[in-house]
Amino acid sequence: MTEHRTGARPAAPSGTPGPGGAHPPEISAARARAFGSWYYAEHVLRVMNSYRWTILASSVGTPVMYLFAMGVGLASLVDSSGAGTFGGVSYLAFLAPALLASAALMAATNEFTYPVMDGFKWRRVYYGPHASPLGTHQIVNGHIIAVTLRLAVMSVIYFAIVALFGASPSPWGWVAVPVAVLSGLAFGVPLMAYAASLTEDKGQFALVMRFIATPLFLFSGTFFPLDTLPLLLRWIGWISPLWHGTELGRALTYGHAIPPGLAAVHLIFLIALTVLGWRLAQRTFARRLGA
Amino acid sequence: MPPNLTAEPVIAARALSKHYGEFAAVDGISFEVPAGEAFGLLGPNGAGKSTTMKMIGGVSQRTSGELSIMGLDPERHGPEVRAHLGVVPQQDNLDEELRVRDNLLVYGRYFGLPMSYLKPKADELLEFAQLTEKAGAKVDSLSGGMKRRLTIARSLINEPKILLLDEPTTGLDPQARHILWDRLFRLKESGVTLILTTHYMDEAEQLCDRLVVVDKGRIMAEGSPATLIREHSTREVLELRFGSERNTTVAADLEGIGERLETLPDRVLIYASDGEAALEQVTARGLHPITSLVRRSSLEDVFLRLTGRSLVD
Repeated sequence: MTEHRTGARPAAPSGTPGPGGAHPPEISAARARAFGSWYYAEHVLRVMNSYRWTILASSVGTPVMYLFAMGVGLASLVDSSGAGTFGGVSYLAFLAPALLASAALMAATNEFTYPVMDGFKWRRVYYGPHASPLGTHQIVNGHIIAVTLRLAVMSVIYFAIVALFGASPSPWGWVAVPVAVLSGLAFGVPLMAYAASLTEDKGQFALVMRFIATPLFLFSGTFFPLDTLPLLLRWIGWISPLWHGTELGRALTYGHAIPPGLAAVHLIFLIALTVLGWRLAQRTFARRLGA
Repeated sequence: MPPNLTAEPVIAARALSKHYGEFAAVDGISFEVPAGEAFGLLGPNGAGKSTTMKMIGGVSQRTSGELSIMGLDPERHGPEVRAHLGVVPQQDNLDEELRVRDNLLVYGRYFGLPMSYLKPKADELLEFAQLTEKAGAKVDSLSGGMKRRLTIARSLINEPKILLLDEPTTGLDPQARHILWDRLFRLKESGVTLILTTHYMDEAEQLCDRLVVVDKGRIMAEGSPATLIREHSTREVLELRFGSERNTTVAADLEGIGERLETLPDRVLIYASDGEAALEQVTARGLHPITSLVRRSSLEDVFLRLTGRSLVD
């Protein structure tokens, strides 16, 4: 280590706020009360910025890969066996909104599991802002805001590629982007509350991926309409944010016919899960950080 | 700047308590800290130091008692109180995914400070923490001492008048500790009030104008390091070694020498105002220790006397 006590010794930083100094604590507190959630979101976005190429590469790579494999490769078989099963549209168009929503859901799963445990346990990053004027609820909000923006960026890219594949014939197709983001949050935010309640990593997140996220991905009407499943399995779709998001997405991208009442149910279900998770996360964060 | 003792205390605690169920982590402690003072909380592990710091820092709720920081109750005015403070936690919680300088910038944003202020300020603090060359490095490449200095730099980003330091030098090598002490002393000179917890006696003697010895959630003694030594120990200590088998038997023959006698497994301590004179008395009684040492009384003697020698788990 090359640390020397002699030589030029820097003076203590000035403690008196003057011209160019820090604003007084009253202003810090007022700004933190008003904008604290955004300040924390800024932090998380800076962290995401450090792996922005990974995010961008997967945002482009994942849709291209899936759309080619499933929507072009598999679709040529499916479509030749006679359409009709998929509401009169190509298999690619049927599949695209489901893939869009599931990509958001998977990304949300990543952002709301290990990083949350990291904040409490491993590198304890939540305890830094916790000692600042920010409130615990603002740490939760900021984290959610940042992830929402990340999901939005990737969903926009995903949708642009879907559109390039010609898989979103409706002029309202772009609205599937916010729906996909909401689907991601509806799964991710409750997961955040769960992650915040864990004090030890015993592989719970791997179990969540394997026994919750993956079945939801497979049985939420992603690759085939939910009503082709036996009634015994259909409930998986009903409780799955992915199915609700996908159904809404299909209505938007190719005019998949669903009664307006059911559309409202889809939307309310997604919002309700998000809000419930959000409240629970705020409670858990406050309990955990304030102990 | 000398502490201004007539001014309103920046921190005042009265009968402050924190219970976790039946367990009283902090059990009715009272103290006041005037502006500009370096105030230490000294105590063994589990004495309630960190819990007290968390309450002062406005992140943990008290069970009973009163607490005010800059005249504000941290439970009712959390953000306002925390805006006044700089906090150096016991465990570093830097964001290791960000670079060194970015850690300072994001922290400054929590206070709503604009980038036009933060950018030059971050550079100034990196200079102060001797980390200028590491500005663009990833945090996980830093040594323990560097991380600690970065945490201190981060705590100063809002130019706080009160700095809370929870065991600031635990786990550092002697060089790194001395650099940190030097930096902290400089802050004290510039008028920042320092509140620190430690279980290092030399650290307390180096940095603290005044300190309280805390044990089992209660204050055992309070005063400047010199006062505490004067009140709770003698001027000098004579350390004698007769060999571990003989120490106890010899102790009986040493009765009456000095003000107080303490027998430990490996040595006998005689607390006396004049250690050399005490040693003469020992040899005059025909006792010849294997080794003898006369030293000044230290804060450690006070600490061990007040909190006991048995291990705290």
